[in-house]
Amino acid sequence: MTAFQAGAGYSDGRREEARRPAAIALDHSDPESKRIIVGFGFWIFLLSDIIMFSAFFATYAVLSGETAGGPSGKDLFDLHNVAIETACLLLSSFTCGLAAIGARAHNGLMYYGGMAATGVLGLGFLAIEIHEFVGLIAQGAGPTRSAFLSAFFTLVGCHGVHVTLGILWLLTMIAQVFAKGYRADILRRVLCFALFWHTLDIIWVAIFTVVYLFGAGA
Amino acid sequence: MILWGRMRKLAFGLAPLSAALLLSGCDWAVLNPKGPIADGNSTLLVDSVAIMLVIVVPTIVATLAAAWWYRASNARAHYLPDFEYSGQLELIVWAIPLLTIMLLGGVTWIGAHDLDPAVPIVSKEEPLNIQVVSLDWKWLFIYPDQHVASVDRLVVPAGVPIRFALTSGSVMTAFFVPQLGSMIYTMNRMTTHLNLLADDPGTFRGLATQISGDGFASMHFEVVAKTAPEFYDWLGQTRATGDELTPERYIELSKQSVVPAPFTFRAVADGLFDKILDQTLPPGPGPIAETNSGAAARMGK
Amino acid sequence: MFGKLTWGAIPFDQPIPLFAGAIVIVVIVGVLAFITIKGWIPYLWSEWVTSVDHKHIGIMYVTLAAVMLIRGFIDAIMMRSQQAIAFQSQGYLPPEHYNQIFSAHGTIMIFFVAMPFVIGLMNFVLPLQLGVRDVAFPTLNSVSFWLTATGVLLVNISLVVGEFSKTGWLPFPPLSELAYSPGVGVDYYLWGVQIAGVGTLMTGVNFVTTILKIHAPGVTYMRMPVFCWTSLATNLLIVAAFPVLTATLAMLTLDRYLGFHFFTNEAGGNVMMFMNLIWIWGHPEVYILVLPAFGVFSEVVSTFSRKPLFGYRSMVMATMAICIIAYTVWLHHFFTMGAGPNVNAVFGIASMIIAVPTGVKIFNWLFTMYGGRIVYATPMLWSVGFMVTFVIGGLTGVLVAVVPADFMLHNSLFQVAHFHNVIIGGVLFGMFAGYTYWFPKAFGFRLHEGWGKAAFWCWFIGFYLAFMPLYVVGLMGMTRRMQHYDVPEWRPWLLVAELGAVTVLAGILCQVMQLVVSIRHREELRDVTGDPWMGRSLEWSTASPPPAFNFAVLPVVEDRDDYWRRQRLAERGLGPTAEPVYKAIEMPRNSPTGFICAFFASFGGFGMIWQIWWLVIVAIVGAFATFVVFAWRDRTEYEIPAEEVARIDRANRRARGEAVANAEALT
Repeated sequence: MTAFQAGAGYSDGRREEARRPAAIALDHSDPESKRIIVGFGFWIFLLSDIIMFSAFFATYAVLSGETAGGPSGKDLFDLHNVAIETACLLLSSFTCGLAAIGARAHNGLMYYGGMAATGVLGLGFLAIEIHEFVGLIAQGAGPTRSAFLSAFFTLVGCHGVHVTLGILWLLTMIAQVFAKGYRADILRRVLCFALFWHTLDIIWVAIFTVVYLFGAGA
Repeated sequence: MILWGRMRKLAFGLAPLSAALLLSGCDWAVLNPKGPIADGNSTLLVDSVAIMLVIVVPTIVATLAAAWWYRASNARAHYLPDFEYSGQLELIVWAIPLLTIMLLGGVTWIGAHDLDPAVPIVSKEEPLNIQVVSLDWKWLFIYPDQHVASVDRLVVPAGVPIRFALTSGSVMTAFFVPQLGSMIYTMNRMTTHLNLLADDPGTFRGLATQISGDGFASMHFEVVAKTAPEFYDWLGQTRATGDELTPERYIELSKQSVVPAPFTFRAVADGLFDKILDQTLPPGPGPIAETNSGAAARMGK
Repeated sequence: MFGKLTWGAIPFDQPIPLFAGAIVIVVIVGVLAFITIKGWIPYLWSEWVTSVDHKHIGIMYVTLAAVMLIRGFIDAIMMRSQQAIAFQSQGYLPPEHYNQIFSAHGTIMIFFVAMPFVIGLMNFVLPLQLGVRDVAFPTLNSVSFWLTATGVLLVNISLVVGEFSKTGWLPFPPLSELAYSPGVGVDYYLWGVQIAGVGTLMTGVNFVTTILKIHAPGVTYMRMPVFCWTSLATNLLIVAAFPVLTATLAMLTLDRYLGFHFFTNEAGGNVMMFMNLIWIWGHPEVYILVLPAFGVFSEVVSTFSRKPLFGYRSMVMATMAICIIAYTVWLHHFFTMGAGPNVNAVFGIASMIIAVPTGVKIFNWLFTMYGGRIVYATPMLWSVGFMVTFVIGGLTGVLVAVVPADFMLHNSLFQVAHFHNVIIGGVLFGMFAGYTYWFPKAFGFRLHEGWGKAAFWCWFIGFYLAFMPLYVVGLMGMTRRMQHYDVPEWRPWLLVAELGAVTVLAGILCQVMQLVVSIRHREELRDVTGDPWMGRSLEWSTASPPPAFNFAVLPVVEDRDDYWRRQRLAERGLGPTAEPVYKAIEMPRNSPTGFICAFFASFGGFGMIWQIWWLVIVAIVGAFATFVVFAWRDRTEYEIPAEEVARIDRANRRARGEAVANAEALT
């Protein structure tokens, strides 16, 4: 008989008895699979975050020409600053990677050093970005000036808010390892933090290309 | 069985009522076109429904039939507990909707192109240009070539293609004359285009079809198609009476209010529509805070 | 100190909301007092409010949805009454009121009835059908629920403090911008929906991970019940679509609060951008609502037809096709914006293509019934009612996908009738079928059949009476959201529609009676075996209600409908009789994180609406602190010792064995 016939409830019991294994008791999964579950779930969240950024990118693309008689990207963007910001973030991704390796290896120097360097570089990025925003607002090119500027401030600002939240998270992770050591659940959180930080870096690459390079060149 | 009998009685009782309802209002505006665009749209509508009913009615009948025949208490029905797959049936089941959709898709492609609102109507007559501005909560119709304007009543010559350029002087809404044709959105700073034609003289209902605020339900207007001589008469009368639509008068008009009755302007300032379009004349102001402190507080002021 | 909030925000001068608000407050205070006096607070706190058990969270979601259904329906019947009366008159609801009511009706029904209902059912059923103990992230699940409750709270507070949005259920600019909606109404909408939306996104992440990564041994993807597949598609859509809603509402919020110019009339704002973005979310949203209903019907039709679902593979492919195509049709919501014939036609055709997999599903359910032995319990009635009704709604849907037809019908009552046709006939009927089908599993006793059937017929007849006239009146040129009208031909149809609304009200009352009577007579309706319907999937192998750990021992599955196969073997005395080896089970500990987070979110949202900035700061700091405190937990699980597991399971097996023996003795 076919599997479908068996599935439909017709059966000759003997074959069923022979095929079926003894009941296996399975309780909670081993640590390895919990890591996979948490990592996978966090990846899905990151994908959703990228989609949110896509909405801001699409809006920026549509509104980039709507300067309402005001300044455009060409007038405003200082690629010099952008280069430094990019260097900060790319380097911070590297140090974040070191920190993640340090965490897995339970190596305090690598972990705390890596995290501290990541935090410093992240703060440096934020400082430059805030300085740029303040400067723009001071010269009358704030987000209320035109649709283009609204879209610019929101897209770049949303990334900056994510970086800020990331730094808060970074500080929390430093504190957690300090207080509780390299526990399995804390290591999972470090993994998630690292994924988050790297994703922000990727989004920044998109931002400096679409916003700054295209904008300054236009 | 008792339920079946009762339901039959109910159906017979309802039939005359529904017939009365169906026949009472023969003004099914969308199915009662008075112009070629509306005619094209409604023909497509009816044809599409007919095509789909060919699939849908047998499906519903088959569903009810299967639901009835295969009830557990029916000893005559065959029980087929392992009937859970059939390649042939699958093929048919995917093919029927697919073929229907292919047909309707072709109909849609052609229809969307032929009946696009921006496509001018082919006619021996010279088209009449009308500029439409939606305001809170009234419609302003500007006749740029005739230099007159009308509020809440659109007078046009029958048999002549009308070329509409539409914009909004405040929020987004939509312009719709069901018996003449398609609706189109109006948006501030943007121009949308519409082409309509009334075959014969008559009066038709027009309305706004996108919520635009508290006075939305009052945003209906009249479309009056006149014969050519009557239309020129009307133009003459319009040029003789009423105010001039100056920028200041327009600003007054753009404030939120409901107009009690349609009226006209005997003259229109040059380039008024373009000034509205590029916001030289700003979009209408929103609600001005009421003096009633309760209402104002509720609005969070 | 209190931002824009003053005593004037309470509508002392408006009898209707004042009266309604007073009743609601009295009921809430009464219920709270009753609970406190009876001493149920500790039990409710430890077993429900802080629960991270998917079963309890699911029940709370469905309860929330049911309560909000009443509120949304009251809005509906107020609208129908207004339109029945307001022929050449202003009716009893002035426009500033009427506009809030239809906006609240739509917002509540979509975000706070349909979404929680769907998520609640998925919450309860998915881990049981997958043969596992809970979802991937139980505490996150609790956070999701309580954030949804925050949205409910904010939207309902607007009834008594301030006003609600008047723009319709989607806040199209520029009407929703500060210039044309200066009050707090749109802000209530924005913060309520935004906060609930975050909760829903978290659910999406949670369930995608659960369905793809957490199964009992042997539950491969192609052996999962179709309900799991439709839930997967739903949650993938949530993950892909809700971030766009978050972004769009955030942009509108920035416009309103900080003077940005995304969608304003001035300074280059673009209304069309909003339309595109909001419908890129909005169309997947309706598939998020209907796909789980399709899943419910797959389960119910096959169970009550006593046959496996016809064309399993086809159903899976159709589900995933719908999932993908749902994301490619959004422009059909604004054909009349003037995008041009090529763009319009492409989106029109794409919208029709999605009817193909849907049609396949209908046919497959039909062939499932064919050759079956159908038992007409209430869930099956809802299913047949759905098949007939949804097909009509689908017809009108494909009709408005024909671009020139939409040019005549967009925004009319025809369109309103279409989407109610598919949402009520599809989503709501599906939810009612799921509710009556899984109620015994959740509570251990069945719902009263007589009242259930009465409810079905009232809803079914009421639906047709209420919405078929709206198709007609839409073809007569009536547009939606009209507070008054002066066309005499429309009036008789609107009167029939009012009669329909009253009939639906009778249906709702029947459902309330059904619940009351079922609770009173729960011993007669008791489900002792855990399988009152001769079910096919794994949830029916547990007790009713299942123990906290769901399965004493995770089932080992060998085929689709594995439980049904093993039951038929067991009935003939073939199949395992030996007791399984019991081991200790670790379950996630309850946590107040969700509730406390939502507590802060509620105050934060309220503070944002009324611009009470210190409150907002306190809320943000509080929410962050809650997360940190939660992260600082050392004990995240508690253990149920093997003896306890054995005791519970043996009792269940004994009860099931006795019931089966009794049943056999009677036949």
